[in-house]
Amino acid sequence: MATQETSQSATFCHAFGNVLSFAVLLLIGVMAFSIRLFSVIKYESVIHEFDPYFNYRVTQFLTKSGVYDFWNWFDDRTWYPLGRVIGGTVYPGLTLTAGTLWRILNSMNIPLSVETVCVFTAPVFSAFASWATYLLTKEIKGAGAGLTAAALLAMVPSYISRSVAGSYDNEAVAIFALIFTFYLYIKTLNTGSLFYATLNAIAYFYMVCSWGGYTFIINLIPMHVLLCIVTGRYSPRLYIAYAPLVVLGTLLAALVPVVGFNAVMTSEHFASFLVFIIIHVVALVYYIKGILSPQMFKVAVTLVVSVGMVVCFAVLAVLIALVASSPTKGWSGRSLSLLDPTYASKYIPIIASVSEHQPPTWPSYFMDINVLAFLVPAGIIACFLPLSDASSFAVLYIVTSVYFSGVMVRLMLVLAPAACIMSGIALSEAFDVFTRSIKFHLVGATQSPQDNAGDTTKVTQNDVKHEKSEVTIKERSSRKSKKKDKENIERPSLVSRVEKRLLVLPLETSVIAVFLLVLLGAFYVVHCVWAAAEAYSAPSIVLTSRSHDGLHVFDDFREAYAWLSHNTEVDDKVASWWDYGYQTTAMANRTVIVDNNTWNNTHIATVGTAMSSPEKAAWDIFNSLDVKYVLVVFGGFVGYPSDDINKFLWMVRIGGGVFPHIKEPDYLRDGQYRIDSQATPTMLNCLMYKLSYFRFVETDGRGFDRVRNTEIGKKHFKLTHFEEVFTTHHWMVRIYKLKSPRNRIRGKTKKSKLKSGTSISSKRSGTRKKNPWQ
Amino acid sequence: MKRLHSDLSLLFVLGFFTLFSNVCSDLVISKLDRQIDLSSQIVRFTTSLKVENNGAEAVSKVLLPYPESQAKNLAFLSVTITEGKGKTKTSSDRLYVDVSHPEGMPPSLTWYAVSLPKEVSKGGSLTLEVKAVFTHLLTPFPEKITQADAQLVAFQDSAHYLSPYAVKIQSLTVKLPEPKVESYTRLENTKFSGSEIKYGPYENIPPFSLPTIVVHFVSNKPFSVAQELVREIEISHWGNVQVTENYNLVHAGAELKGEFSRLDYQARPHVRGASALSSLVARLPARAHSIYYRDEIGNISTSNVYSDSAKTLLEIEPRYPMFGGWRTAFTIGYGLPLQDFLFKSEGKRFLDITFGCPMNDIVIENLIVKVVLPEGSNDISVVAPFSIKETRETKLSHLDIAGRPVIVLEKTNVVPEHNQNFQVYYRFSSFSLLREPLMLVFGFFLFFIACIAYVHADFTISKSSPSYIAKLQWDEVQTAIQQFQNIMNRVLVIHNKLEASLRDLSRTGDVQACKAARKTADAFLKELTKESKPLLSFLQSSPQALQITPKVDELVIKERELQEKLMLKHSMVVDSYEKKSGGRDIDNRVAAVQQKITLLRQEVDDLLEVIDEI
Repeated sequence: MATQETSQSATFCHAFGNVLSFAVLLLIGVMAFSIRLFSVIKYESVIHEFDPYFNYRVTQFLTKSGVYDFWNWFDDRTWYPLGRVIGGTVYPGLTLTAGTLWRILNSMNIPLSVETVCVFTAPVFSAFASWATYLLTKEIKGAGAGLTAAALLAMVPSYISRSVAGSYDNEAVAIFALIFTFYLYIKTLNTGSLFYATLNAIAYFYMVCSWGGYTFIINLIPMHVLLCIVTGRYSPRLYIAYAPLVVLGTLLAALVPVVGFNAVMTSEHFASFLVFIIIHVVALVYYIKGILSPQMFKVAVTLVVSVGMVVCFAVLAVLIALVASSPTKGWSGRSLSLLDPTYASKYIPIIASVSEHQPPTWPSYFMDINVLAFLVPAGIIACFLPLSDASSFAVLYIVTSVYFSGVMVRLMLVLAPAACIMSGIALSEAFDVFTRSIKFHLVGATQSPQDNAGDTTKVTQNDVKHEKSEVTIKERSSRKSKKKDKENIERPSLVSRVEKRLLVLPLETSVIAVFLLVLLGAFYVVHCVWAAAEAYSAPSIVLTSRSHDGLHVFDDFREAYAWLSHNTEVDDKVASWWDYGYQTTAMANRTVIVDNNTWNNTHIATVGTAMSSPEKAAWDIFNSLDVKYVLVVFGGFVGYPSDDINKFLWMVRIGGGVFPHIKEPDYLRDGQYRIDSQATPTMLNCLMYKLSYFRFVETDGRGFDRVRNTEIGKKHFKLTHFEEVFTTHHWMVRIYKLKSPRNRIRGKTKKSKLKSGTSISSKRSGTRKKNPWQ
Repeated sequence: MKRLHSDLSLLFVLGFFTLFSNVCSDLVISKLDRQIDLSSQIVRFTTSLKVENNGAEAVSKVLLPYPESQAKNLAFLSVTITEGKGKTKTSSDRLYVDVSHPEGMPPSLTWYAVSLPKEVSKGGSLTLEVKAVFTHLLTPFPEKITQADAQLVAFQDSAHYLSPYAVKIQSLTVKLPEPKVESYTRLENTKFSGSEIKYGPYENIPPFSLPTIVVHFVSNKPFSVAQELVREIEISHWGNVQVTENYNLVHAGAELKGEFSRLDYQARPHVRGASALSSLVARLPARAHSIYYRDEIGNISTSNVYSDSAKTLLEIEPRYPMFGGWRTAFTIGYGLPLQDFLFKSEGKRFLDITFGCPMNDIVIENLIVKVVLPEGSNDISVVAPFSIKETRETKLSHLDIAGRPVIVLEKTNVVPEHNQNFQVYYRFSSFSLLREPLMLVFGFFLFFIACIAYVHADFTISKSSPSYIAKLQWDEVQTAIQQFQNIMNRVLVIHNKLEASLRDLSRTGDVQACKAARKTADAFLKELTKESKPLLSFLQSSPQALQITPKVDELVIKERELQEKLMLKHSMVVDSYEKKSGGRDIDNRVAAVQQKITLLRQEVDDLLEVIDEI
């Protein structure tokens, strides 16, 4: 009768566990969503930063004009006069996702604006991502580890930084796609089901649609396959997991316009094809091995290897020759800078100038993944205890992503899921050991007074087994926080179970260890909430500062963009440094010369040259580009550090890279960048300096720049070719208009009527050399 | 140029009308007092006329002509009859005014006919007060100014009242915003004092006498004109009236030319930017809540709300100070408590809310008021104090099926005088209020039903496919294993019982009870072995159980071994008790067996768990 009860309670317990983990997952999803709402609560529901504005604008176009127009969209409002083929140069995943969401909502008569949908896409997808992490970790190490990893991922600061509400960027959906693709790969590997293999290819397709980071997948999975083959873990399941992915995935990836033939042409994808060949060879070898006798097999091997080697070398030689003949060795600049971290700073200043492409510092690791950094090694060890196909994948994932994150800050994002999975495994294994030992001791202690016989431990073990179900239920209801460990006790992996049985720690040690682990977790939660609330929720277009007389809001960017959009002609061209291109097109709806999609280095260099030239030459360049307004960002008045003066050296470098008459040393005094009275005359006469500091001295009488903490070098000067048309409340954005040329001529004719005609034409021809657009 | 042209046309009109002056000479205006308020961009004419009937017939209509240049900018016209003077002055309701086209009059004048409530008989008289409000009558001159200049505007009218009737005594007062005048037309009896210019009194002026006057003066008030204002008033019977107002604002004063220098503006805002529009104040109803102020690129942080029991003041600043010619667009929105604005009468509900915009000193060129009624409203009618163009549309929103009826009211040239209440009557049953929650409940119910159905239904396409059969077999194997596990567990329980009986023995020394326990245990075990036999054979035969069978077999063997050892131990202990050997002696003898038992037990447990995992 007792047995009947236990079996019933066991099934009940099983069902209860399912419901409970479902509820926990739901809560994790809710948490992942809500922790990202700090930006909406503290600021407002608004699109953040730079790239999200472009994505938002594209989404607006998509919802307004439909998919086909989006596909064929030639945008004439950026990169004037070149324009940009948007449909063929964006990763459409994010846009299509948000557009579809919006369409579904509207068809259900929920009148949400496109902006609202865009703002909340990232939090929704981070909830999806944490569920995908659960699935992936469950495949690797069981449901307990899965739940822990999902909870960790839901609030990992690194991921929060890219997916707060309003941060409408590719990474928001791409991380979900990345994890989900990995999950489906592992699922296929574990089950050998062709169904999952097909899903895997589709998930990979979604990833390709979403982010350029898909190359990480298409390199990591082949690496893992290779690892499995080398370590003798080849199985038909591996073949099913890999071969369809390469064939279907490459076909699907080629459908995305921005990838197109790159899916077969660039070096990023070669690894997958190489491994594709290898796995077929290996499959063939295994097949032959199966039908031949061992001796015959040996003969065959020597034969095939000798012939194969020759063929391989020939093919390899051809490949290398092909690849080497292309200037970048078939790799895109960003990928190359991944392999050689110094590549970008040497050859492509435009990639190096972006702060998120710099290598991270140590504190940023602690900031972004916090205690996970310490748990990862434990997780790696746990993965090795019984090394399975899945756990070897996890290990490979963490190792590669640690390397990539070390090259670029931005790729910390790829590390975050790996770190969460590892830490989830580590935490749940640790809790498993500790709570089991505690329970072992506690139950043993209550039982021992009753029995005098020597076989106490045995009995208690028995009782533990029978009472376990009841105990777990009780404990679950009483202590919610422990449910993950309980879950873990129920279904740990087969082999580890046997080993763990031997691993019973003393009671005190386990209690203290559990306490410390909980403390560690609490610290992590506190840090994550702080990071979400304070560090990563600022939208960067609205700045706030807290002073003694309350909160002060700096809304200058939007002030300037609103002014541009309402008070200039629709077809006016606005020149600014490329950082503000996306925002200008999206918020002010004006044509810009360059924007954050840095596809044309020459064009950017032209703007950089104009900014670093003296007024007259700059006017000529801008006029030849049909520019009517010039926008500069100036932080010296309120102390906003990321302004154009601080970015100016990059303009000089990028400009000088294409137009050699701009020389970086001309702007530096003894190798130092300065704007005070020691600055070089070239610096003090360049357009950027003049536009930034025009009439600045009249604010406080001496022109004290609060960012550079110096008095400016050249204080009183007049603009001859530009006029100030708008400056925002805190002087952060200043907009100048190009004076029309006729005025100039009239002014000159007054002085010397005869000379005017010749002098102007001669000046024109003099500047011709410097101006690329004339 | 423009001004000159209108001057000419006025002169022409003057000459032309003297010919027709005898047409309606029955009425005579005995005393006329005209005030023109130029203190803001909205020009307000207040005219009080004492009308006498000198003709033979009783008169029921008084004609008010306006030149076309004014008539096309006439926003509001109200005529009342006043009685008494000074403090005892009382005024009647607004009289009915209609556009009329009297015969014999040239069409370049627009005529308004005031219908008097009772006819003026011969020799009778009455005093009318005419309030006319005009927009766009002031023209900035010069049309473009720099940031440092003051805004100058020109106003032009006639010194005499344009009337088809003879006027005995009349005077005109022009009120200016500031006592700064660039120039003004000097006629006889012109007086300039403070910020007022007085013309008159003039006596016995014949009809249609129009001596032009031009006043050129400083008016630094911003000319804020909303080119379009869309007000959406949405009624929710759950207790809220949501008002959303979309403004499209332009500063219609003298345009800014040249630079805008923030430095100058910040240093001396009243000199360098005197005519700039820096803030607007909206008077919202009391208890307005959830107020927001934003534009298409997000919230605008420069706003303040002050509220007391009578009103809520919302002070908003545009994103940038607006100079002449600059534009902006923004949205303000607020919620109002339903019970303050929605009432019931005769089985119908009606909304009673103001028509115009809550900001003073704004001219609205095109006002569109949309009233969104809840879905299911019918029998809709609108009552408004002035003529409005009315159309209908529907709007689809949350949980709508048919859509909500929307009444669209359009009016051009709206001034603060139009801030009067209008009513929308409609029928709406309280039961329809529950429709949407019920719909949600039903929807979720269906969803859960669908989930339950999905979990319980078998969606396999082919019942004969190998994978389906394999799945069925696997299910069978699983049930068999479950049963097998049950049996094993029961066996283990019996083992425990045996152990317990041994412990009892050591405590009580009751050998007989122990033997009995042994006997029942034996019986039970035999039975269980019998039970497990078919299961085992099934497992061995099933191809699906290939992976498990070795484990199961191993478990069976181990269990048997364990059972044997246990029995051995049991009989040894019982034997020694019968032989009355000492406790320590027994322990020594049993120790070896005990060790094996512990080991075996461990293995059995492990195997059970392994099987459990599968």
